Amino acid sequence: MKLSMLVEILEALFLCGEDLSDIEIDKAGASDLMSDILAALSERSVLLTGLTTIQAVKTAVISGVTAIVFVRNKKPEPDVVALAEMHGIPLLSTPCSMFVSCGRLFDAGLTGLKGIR
Amino acid sequence: MSSLKKCFNIRSRDFIHAGEASITVQQLLKQMCIDPALIRRVAICGYEGEMNVVMHGGDGLYCVEINSDRIVLEISDQGPGIPDIPKAMEKGFSTASDEHREMGFGAGMGLPNMDKNADEMFIESVPGSRTRVRMSFFMEK
Repeated sequence: MKLSMLVEILEALFLCGEDLSDIEIDKAGASDLMSDILAALSERSVLLTGLTTIQAVKTAVISGVTAIVFVRNKKPEPDVVALAEMHGIPLLSTPCSMFVSCGRLFDAGLTGLKGIR
Repeated sequence: MSSLKKCFNIRSRDFIHAGEASITVQQLLKQMCIDPALIRRVAICGYEGEMNVVMHGGDGLYCVEINSDRIVLEISDQGPGIPDIPKAMEKGFSTASDEHREMGFGAGMGLPNMDKNADEMFIESVPGSRTRVRMSFFMEK
């Protein structure tokens, strides 16, 4: 699905990268543990996390994550947004919890990181 | 391809700049048109290694050497060393503090992730003194 569709499903707001709303997402992963993200996430995937530190964005850059969604209305500091912008990673914030976000995206057809549903 | 070597300092507990060496090398390898899957493995290993130094080590050094047949990463620090390397290699084993966990680290997956993604990995550690991790990644023929 396009990132714009994901925004609609999660009632999310762009914190940066709105110009990339046409990029395609196939997979989703949810974690607050950076090593889990490094072990599993890859291209065309979205990371759902409650972690708003600068390392969340760096981990996304390293692992090739396409976009990050911060759950429960969390928003990172401006320097974190600036780093994501520099690396072309859209950041979103959703009022949904991690559980509800995952449920909605699963229902909409996204797979887990290994293509499993 | 002629050999290229670059080194970066890693500062203990510098969580703001942690990861910059790995991202810089990732960009460099992209510019050199290296296989993206290989770049990803190098980047993950470098980043996990950098974070290990920032969290657990004294100041350290991140060095990458790019040759025609392989990429070699060497990450070293000035202590405190690893008393039991086989234990440290176990998935889930961690000596991270609550502060590290709040930042999303300390899952006990750093060294196992590095071992999984490197073609060869060698760890040398002197408890109370230093640690050196050397990882090799072979270019596809």
